[in-house]
This record gives sequence, C-alpha cells and structure tokens, in this order.
Amino acid sequence: MGTLLEIKDLKTHFFTLDGIVKAVDGISYDVQEGETMAVVGESGCGKSVSALSIMGLIPVPPGRIVNGQILFNGVDLTKLDRERMRQIRGQDIAMIFQEPMTSLNPVLTIGLQLTETLEVHQQMDKESIQERAVEVLSLVGISDPERRLSQYPHQFSGGMRQRVMIAISLMCNPKLILADEPTTALDVTIQAQILELLKELSQRLGVAVIIITHNLGVVARYADRVNVMYAGKVVEQGSSLDIYHYPRHPYTLGLLRSVPRLDQPRKEKLDPIDGQPPDLVNLPSGCSFAPRCKFVIDKCDREIPALLPVDENHLSACWVADKLGN
Amino acid sequence: MEQNLTGTNNNLLEIRSLVKHYPVTSGILIQHVVGLVKAVDNISFFIRRGETLGLVGESGCGKTTTGRCILHLEHPTSGEVLFEGKNLSEMTNEELRTLRPRLQVIFQDPYSSLNPRMTIGQIIGEPPSVHKMINGKEEYREKISELLSVVGLNPNMVDRYPHELSGGQRQRVGVARALSMQPSFIVCDEPVSALDVSIQAQIINLLEDLQERYGLTYLFIAHDLSVVRHISNRIIVMYLGKIAEIADRKELYENPLHPYTQALMSAVPIPDPAVEAKRKPIILHGEVPSPLNPPFGCVFHPRCTIAVDECKKEIPELREISHDHQVACIRV
Repeated sequence: MGTLLEIKDLKTHFFTLDGIVKAVDGISYDVQEGETMAVVGESGCGKSVSALSIMGLIPVPPGRIVNGQILFNGVDLTKLDRERMRQIRGQDIAMIFQEPMTSLNPVLTIGLQLTETLEVHQQMDKESIQERAVEVLSLVGISDPERRLSQYPHQFSGGMRQRVMIAISLMCNPKLILADEPTTALDVTIQAQILELLKELSQRLGVAVIIITHNLGVVARYADRVNVMYAGKVVEQGSSLDIYHYPRHPYTLGLLRSVPRLDQPRKEKLDPIDGQPPDLVNLPSGCSFAPRCKFVIDKCDREIPALLPVDENHLSACWVADKLGN
Repeated sequence: MEQNLTGTNNNLLEIRSLVKHYPVTSGILIQHVVGLVKAVDNISFFIRRGETLGLVGESGCGKTTTGRCILHLEHPTSGEVLFEGKNLSEMTNEELRTLRPRLQVIFQDPYSSLNPRMTIGQIIGEPPSVHKMINGKEEYREKISELLSVVGLNPNMVDRYPHELSGGQRQRVGVARALSMQPSFIVCDEPVSALDVSIQAQIINLLEDLQERYGLTYLFIAHDLSVVRHISNRIIVMYLGKIAEIADRKELYENPLHPYTQALMSAVPIPDPAVEAKRKPIILHGEVPSPLNPPFGCVFHPRCTIAVDECKKEIPELREISHDHQVACIRV
C-alpha cells in the first residue's frame, strides 16, 4: 500500500469585493491506496473547496490556489497545464457530487453520460464502450442495465441517480474517488445502500475514497482515517478510532458531545458548542476556534496553533491538546 | 408569559382514520382524475398533553402532510382531527380563528420561512398583532424583546433583516414567532435538518427548555432518527402513508418490531467506530414506491425480508402488542 495522494500546505483563496475568503488555509494530509479517508466539518469549513482544488475545478477568478502542492502519484497537480489536468480528471481521479439531479445532464441519456467519459479519455471502439457501460451499471446494482442506458435522469429516483454518478466515476477505473456529501440528499435507507456500495466497490477494486461529509455517523461507519476541518484548516487528524475515542481538539470534542446518538438513552441535555462559525473574510487572530472554545488560554488569541503530533499517527492543532489527553 | 392551563382530558390531539389523497388530473379542456397520490392513507393516533411525539419516515411517507392536516392547513379527504375533543373540520371560521393561536408551527427552512422584506421585530410581532393580542407600541416592544431573549437572541436584533442572520439565528426567530401566540401545541417540521450539527444541538436544547417552561406539546417531524429519539417521548414510524409502528423511545430502539423500523434503525450510523464495527446493517433492497401507486396489501411487502403471501393481500391493522407499543404487521 503506497501513498496515492499527498496534499502539502494547500491554500485556496477567493478574492472578492468584500475581501479575501481564505476557504482553505494551509491543509496537509495524505491518502493511501485503497483507503477511505473522511474530511469532516460543518458548512464553510473548506472541505468542498479542498476537493474542488484537488480536481482543479476552482473557478479562476475569483478563486486561486495560492500555495501548496497536490501530489498525485508523485505528480504535482497544481503545476499541470489544463490539458494534462483534463486527462487526469475523470480518469484517474473521479468525483461524485451531492445533488445527483443537478450533477447529471437532464437532456442527455444516462448511456451518453456514461460513455462520454470513456470516449474522452480512452481510445476504444463503440462496442467495447457500450459493454463497459453495461458492466459498470451492473456493478452499481442497477438492474436491466441495457434498457436503462437509453433513459434520462428524471426517470431515475434519487438513489438510482447517485448510483449512476458512481457508475460514471468508475468508467475509467480511477485510483481515487472524491465523494462530496454523496448521500446527504438521500433518505436514510437509501443512504445506507449507497454507502455500502461505495465501501464494497472500494474494497473490491482497490479504489481510494475521500468522503466529505458533516455526518459523524457516516464517518464512523466507513472511514479508516479522518481529517477534521474548521475555518479552512485541519484541526485534528488521525485514525477513526483515535478521533472518536481520544479526541484531542476542543472542536472535535465539542462536535462529538453535541450529536445525539441513537444508541444512548436520552441525556439530560445535549452539549452544544456555543456561538457560530467565523466569517472567513474576518478570521480572528490566533486560533479560529478560540472564540467558541471552552479550553481557551491567552496564547490561543495570539498564535495560530500548528498541526502537531499528540500521539502516534494522531495530530492536533491546539495549544492545550495535552490537557485534553487526560 | 403565562402558562397555558391544562384541561381535564389528557389527550390534546386525536387523529382518527385520517386520509389525505391528492387527485392527479389530466386533460386540457376537461380535467379528469387519472390517479390519486395517497399521501396519508388512514392513520389514527393521539398526542398527550405535554409530550413530544416524534414522527419519522422517509420521503413520501406522509409525515409533513399529517402535520399540515393537524394544523388545518389541509382539509382531510376523510377522517377527523380533534383538538381538545373538538373536530377541526366542523368548526366555524370564528371558532377556528380563536383556536389558531394555540396551534403553531416551526418550519424546516430558516432561509425561506422568514419574509426577507420584514425586520425580525415585524416577523415576530405580526401574528399577535393580527390577532389583536397586543395593546399599543409599548407592549409591542416589550413583548418582542422578551421573546427574543427567551429564544437566546439579543433584543437589539429587532430591527435587523433575516439575511443579516445566520441559519441558527433565523431558526430561533422562527421559534420566537411560534411562541408569540402563546400556543399549547407546536408542529416542528424538520426544525433542525437545515442546520449545522453544532447549531442543531443549540436549537434542540432550546425547544426542550421552552417545553418545560411553557408546558408545550410538540409534534416533532423529522427524518433523523437520532435527533427524534433524543427529543421525543413516543415515536411514530410512517411508511408510504401508513403507520408502521408506534412505541415509546426506549421500546422502539430496544425492541423494534416492524421490519421497516428494524431496517431504519439499522441504517442510521452511530458516531462511534467501535460500535459500528460490531453492527451489521440491514440493507433494504429497491426504492421506496411512489404514493401514486402503492403496493397492494401491506405497503412495505415488496421490500420486506419476512413477507409472505398474506402480506400482498391484507392491509395489516395497527395492533397493540404490549403497553403503548403498536405494530402494523401480520408477522409479528
């Protein structure tokens, strides 16, 4: 198992009339071949922008990757020209989006949307491409695939459309799939189906998955390792077990305490995090989480904490991470 | 704010054989009915004074329509909604108008449920003004201030507009608006689904505090089972317009009897990888059928792992299996 993706100090900023939005402000992590990595955080933390940065889909202007490297199999994606990036996008790295209805083209058949990927990336004859499309539709659990190739997105339910999205992403045998909130718009039982499918495919085909979500339950069920993001930065990084059982950042701790759990009897009260996420144009000096933090000390307002090891393969960006370890 | 005095009957609301069908019509010059969307298809339950009744189910199960029928925003196709023993459909406009302040609602989307052209003060003050519950500017200002404080907002937000507030703050305004009428009963229709996780907890706590303080009764409609289990006393599980199971929150979690409830529980991931590693999720096959064309007999039978021939013919009745635990399944 080797390192497939390495992100080093990535910064993606948006230059707007109201100021510079530091959507992603210095994140680093790696993804191993075949593993499932979760990027967790609430709205505005930068998780989607980080995925779009990897895919080279940041609108320029007003956005721009201002710093850092994205090494995919050793090649820095940020330095590639558009043509080379186009070759990688869809073929080696694929993406699944949150809203399957708006991500699929409503006026093209499913068949066309599936085969388009192969036609663009590989030289194959029409027959082989059709065969591959049928194969992949079966792989994602769509029955009667030959017939469904000529249907349109509106003829599929939400769950089915998401399966189609997964199928499209698999057409060229990618090494990495970025799934941005892939099941948020779906019903619970359909969500379970789709996630089981993704997990099974990942294991069977050896495809690495970065799953971006705010759902802590989904992360616990499917991820091997986790990056917790807040206000454009990774604040904690570790194995799934470490993050849930030994959280070492006040934000992670706060999140875990504020989420109702199906398996626990009703606590007296949930323990919410006070206040609100910060304005990304006007970030506080020092640690961005300080204004809401229960463990804040003087240093937090002055210096931005670096992401440092607190245990083996477990990092936290917090000046009082040690205190949390007890 | 005064508390609402409780009556003698313990049931605040009774829903009897409620049916809500929406006709689908076709035709250009002459419209004829070509189908029926059976949104709510013969359900009966009651809500006790002071309790929180959770209503869960996936898309198309009829939970929102049920909420709307209870609020009398929809007229039932048949069946009755009884508030304190009185049938809402049989009330005169005058009677309904007097009743409406006591039945309030909090909507799901904090972004579209507030009028963007009204200030926070106007939004909260409108209902009591319309119902002539406020006398004079002084009382108006005081009341708004009080309501804002009660929901955890700074009273000086009274002149702000919705777009200046965050999602969580807007939802608090929605709560304040519902409270402004001094209701007995509030339908909370997915009140936290559109909010971030850490803000959800704030709003849930707020709703619980207010319930204690003002003796409120809630119908809490949501698809997030974890949230519903936390806040509800009893829970109703709906599927395709019908009730599958009713039980108190402990019983439903520890002993779900209906195959759909079992699958639903199993599909909800628990934020703990050690716990998750030991679970084997029950994965339902297929999609939720359309309420335009529900299956014959038990509406769940096509996706059910223990269905038998009978299930395709008979619509299972909601039977009481143990105290306060009802299931609609012939195999139980």
